[in-house]
Parts: sequence; C-alpha cells; structure tokens
Amino acid sequence: MNAVIETQGLVKHYGPVVAVENLTLTIKAGEVYGLLGPNGSGKTTTILMLLGLTEPTAGEVRVLGFDPWRQALQVKRRVGYLPDSVGFYDELSGRENLHYTAQLNGLSAAEAEKRMDDVLARMGLRDVAARRVGTYSRGMRQRLGLAEILLKQPQVAILDEPTMGLDPEGALEFLDMIRGLKNDGISILLASHLLHQVQAVCDRVGLFHQGRMVREGTVEDLSVQVLGGAYVVRVEVDGPRLETALGQVPGVVRVAFQPPRTYVVESRADIRGAVAQRVVAAGGTLLGITLERLGLDQVYARSLQEVRHEA
Amino acid sequence: MKPEGATRPGGATRPGGATKREGSPWTGLWAVTAKELADHLTSVRMTILELLILLTALGTVYAAIQTLRQVVGEDPFLFLRIFTTETERAGIQFSFLTFLSFLIPLAAITLGFDAVNGEHNRRTLSRVLSQPIYRDALLLGKFLAGLLTMAITLLALWLLVTGLGIFRLGVIPSGEEVGRGLLFFLATVVYAGIWLALAILFSVQFRQSATSALVTFGLWLFFVLFWPVVVGIIAPVDTFSTLAQAQRSLFLSRISPNTLYTEVVVALLNPETRALGPLLLTQLEGAIRAPLPLLQSVLISWPQLTTMIAEILLLFAGTYVLFQRQEIRA
Repeated sequence: MNAVIETQGLVKHYGPVVAVENLTLTIKAGEVYGLLGPNGSGKTTTILMLLGLTEPTAGEVRVLGFDPWRQALQVKRRVGYLPDSVGFYDELSGRENLHYTAQLNGLSAAEAEKRMDDVLARMGLRDVAARRVGTYSRGMRQRLGLAEILLKQPQVAILDEPTMGLDPEGALEFLDMIRGLKNDGISILLASHLLHQVQAVCDRVGLFHQGRMVREGTVEDLSVQVLGGAYVVRVEVDGPRLETALGQVPGVVRVAFQPPRTYVVESRADIRGAVAQRVVAAGGTLLGITLERLGLDQVYARSLQEVRHEA
Repeated sequence: MKPEGATRPGGATRPGGATKREGSPWTGLWAVTAKELADHLTSVRMTILELLILLTALGTVYAAIQTLRQVVGEDPFLFLRIFTTETERAGIQFSFLTFLSFLIPLAAITLGFDAVNGEHNRRTLSRVLSQPIYRDALLLGKFLAGLLTMAITLLALWLLVTGLGIFRLGVIPSGEEVGRGLLFFLATVVYAGIWLALAILFSVQFRQSATSALVTFGLWLFFVLFWPVVVGIIAPVDTFSTLAQAQRSLFLSRISPNTLYTEVVVALLNPETRALGPLLLTQLEGAIRAPLPLLQSVLISWPQLTTMIAEILLLFAGTYVLFQRQEIRA
C-alpha cells in the first residue's frame, strides 16, 4: 500500500465550533508532509483523530490501513507521536521515562535495554540519561520525545510543533534529526506554524486555515501557484521609469515600482542577467540587483488573502 | 493519481458504526500499575503519610495494650480488643480504630486526587495515551496501584500491631482472632478503595489538582462531621414509633461510607455483636449471651461490605465514562 495516512471528508465539531471541515488528505509512504497553519487551525485535532484519541464527527480515516478509532492499538503500535510541548515525568530520569514507554509497548526487558541504548546514543542523550528529566532543557526534552518515537520503531511519526520553543540552532539540529527519521524509511507528518523552518524538510505541505485545507503541494509548486512566481528580483536603477521594459523580459510575472528607485520583479526563474541587460539597454544605470526566493510565509499570507477575498 | 475505490478508506468499519473496537482493554495494565506503584512507594507524600499512620497507630496500640494487660486471661478476644479498646488521654477518648478511620481516607485521597489531572497538567497524558493502550488500562492501573499501596501499608501495620500484641501481652492470637483480624484488614482496604475511587473521579472531572483535592477532602469532612448532624435534622420525627424513626435515621446515616465501615468493623471485631440495627428486647428473649462464630459475624456485616464494594464499582464506572468522553488535548 502506497498511502500511509488517508482521510476522506474528515469533519470534527466541538459543539458549535468547527475544528476540522471536510479534510481529504493523503500521505504517501516515505514522505515528509507538513501540515501548516496558525494556532487553532485544526492541526492538533486532525492529529488526534489520526491517533484515535478523538472521535471524528464524520468522515473516514485510515492509518496504515487501520481505522484509528476501532483499531486504536494496531495504529498506536505503529505510529510514534510527539505532542505539542511534550511532557515527561520530571521526577524520573530520561531512561526511566523511556523504560515506561517500552513497557507500555510490551517490549521484552532485553529488547527494551538494547533499543534504549541505541536511541539515547542516537539523540545525543547518553550522558544525561540517568539525570532527572526535571533538569533537562527544552531541546533535550524534545530530543527525548524523538527518542521515545524511535524506541517504538514506528512506520509513521507524527510531530506536533516540534521546533517550537527551540533556539534557532537547536531548531536546525532538530530538523536534521527529523531528516534522519526520513532516511530510516519512516513517513513523517509534521504540524507547525513556523513555516520558514519547516519548508526546508517537507516534501509536500498542506496549508490549513480555520479547519480547511487551503492549498496543497510542494513548496515550489505552491509558490508558482499562489504567487505566480517563485523568485523576486530587486533592481535599483537610476534613470527613466522601466516598468514596461522589465515586464517584457521572458519569465517575468509582475513588476512593481517602489520609490525612489527600486523595482520588484517577480519571476519564475533566476533572471538577473536578463534584467540587468534590459536595464542597461533601456538607458538606465544599474545600481544593484538581488535575488530572493519566496518562502512559505509569503505563500501562506497570499493564500489567506485569497481565501478571505473569496469569503 | 490513484484509482478511486482501490485503497479508498471506508467500508464496513466507518466511525460511528456498530463495529466494536479491537484489542484487549487491559493491554499495558500491568505496566501502568507497576509504574504507579513504584511512584507511590517512593513519593515523599506517601512516606510522610505512612509515618503518620505508623506513629499514631503504634501509639494508640501501645496505650491499649497497657490497659489490656490487666485483663489478660479474662477475655478470649484479647487481640481484637487491641484495635477497639479506647484509652483516655488528656480528656480525649481514642482507639486504634478511630485513628484509622480518620487516616485511611486521608491517605487514599492523597494517593488519588491528582491521578489523571496531574498527568494532564504535566502534559504526559497525550504521550502516554499515544502508546498502544486504551484509557481503561490507565484508569484501572492507577486505581489498582493506589489500592495496592494502601493494602501493603495496612498489612504491614496489622502485622506490626499483632506482633506488638504478642510481645507485650505474652499470648498467641487464636485462629479466629487471626481470621477476624484479616477480614478487618480487608474491610479497611475496601473502605480505602471508596475514597480512592472518589478522588480519582474528581481528578478526571477537575482540571486543577487543587480543586479535586479540596472537593474530595470537603466531601469526606462532610460525611465525617456534618452528615450525622444532617441525619438528625432531616430524619422525620415519628412520635408513634421510635423504632421506625431509628430505622429511618439509620438508613440515612448509612449513605455515608463512614457508617458502613464502622458497622462492618464493629461486627467483625466485637464477636458479641448480634445485629447492626435496632434490636427489640423480645428478639433477645432466650438468647444466650455469647460471642457469635466468625461466619455469623461475617453474615451480619455482609450487606454493608457488599454496599461498600458496590460503591467502589459505581464510582469507578462513573470515572470511566467521564474519562472516555474527555478530550485529552491540552
């Protein structure tokens, strides 16, 4: 089976509040899928339904071919979950916390010891494994959470806001570890509102807004789809106005003039050379030229504008 | 993409359908119980309580033995008297039993008041429930661990008291005394179970541990201090039949688990007890004033004992329903 997670027309209401509305989602084996959206957009609710911890109001869910609500044990045996701001038993050591998880998973004592040694070493926690978790930093807790997932040797890992509260360096390191999970062949569902951090690891993303999936695709696809282009070239020019001239450069989607002398050129490719030539040919003096890649932040902001506009 | 229908989720087992959930609800029960038991036995909270129980119990027992030493040889149930003999010190009458009936609920509530909301507040609940266990196992595991902790403490206490009795009185307990003592121990564990179940119920209901602790302790105080007063007020006065009135107020007072426990213990520890309600003189006519055999005493206390067990089951069922319906997200 190619899809590890499938939902169809998934709906969740909390009383009158609609948390998730008609969600259809497919996550393929081996991919890293980013569920992106602001807080309260239904990401965590979706995850809880995938794990059978909340009953859907309507719709279908299949995780690895199992129904999470009726076959919860089958699903939870194969899926690792790192909750939003994960908590551990502070009075126990990191290793003791893992030991409890191993027991809940029914691992034999010998197998548990072996796996614990492996995952603690892999997450760089071997030296602190005997310390109380109460003394751990936020980054160490997050890594212990990842160690707990690895302990289960899951087929799917679901991570809710894994980089929240980490410093930029810690976040990068953590994202690297997530890539490591992918290399192990684990499919990953990653929910986050920190778009710029997450776009680097995700194969595909789905943008969430008020319980609905607004857009879905790879980061590049979305940039082209939503913004028209994936690049922005900023040109500083002394001389006559050049909007029309720049608009004729192949690949340009949109040109905007920012006084006093900057043009913002959106394009589908890196066209700095062509732009520079056109400026000079049109009699302008080129003062500077820079290239920016559009990120998910812009895609998301633009998508939401469109959604609001439609509504 | 994919052909529609080939791997399309759906079919017979749609959510909300009649299909039952799969897998044993007790998967992981032992892991939860063992972990919680270890937590209880090493926690500072429990150590302090155990010390408190031990000191007060030994103090009262020692005082009782001092009194009993004068009557060794006259009383066939010396070892039961250790528990019930009241000593007066500084104008306060107390016995091992009165202390125990105070301390048991205290300890049981302390073990249970933050069972579920504590996990919630530490944000461990969603992580634990994402492991391959059902909520049933978590709840029952916590209850069993609490009950086992109480049982271990009480068993140690009972053995200590009996040992102290042998040592200080110089007599060996008879088989019947041991039997009655064991039943007394079991009844006490059941009594502890009621308060434990109640504490866990409130720990599911209230998100704040402080709230659940206060409500459970409040309810306990209500039953210990105010319920007898309330019964006196609301039991209707019947000028024609004192018997009917006595029975009504007895019925009301038995709503309190405190009353039930006291009655069970009275029947078990005082073999002379013939009934746990009002007894007419005519009913006693021709009766020989002698202790009842163990089985008869058990028979007398049976309704109370089963009621206590039923109360535990009801409280646990309520907790279970509440917990199953609860959203676990923070």
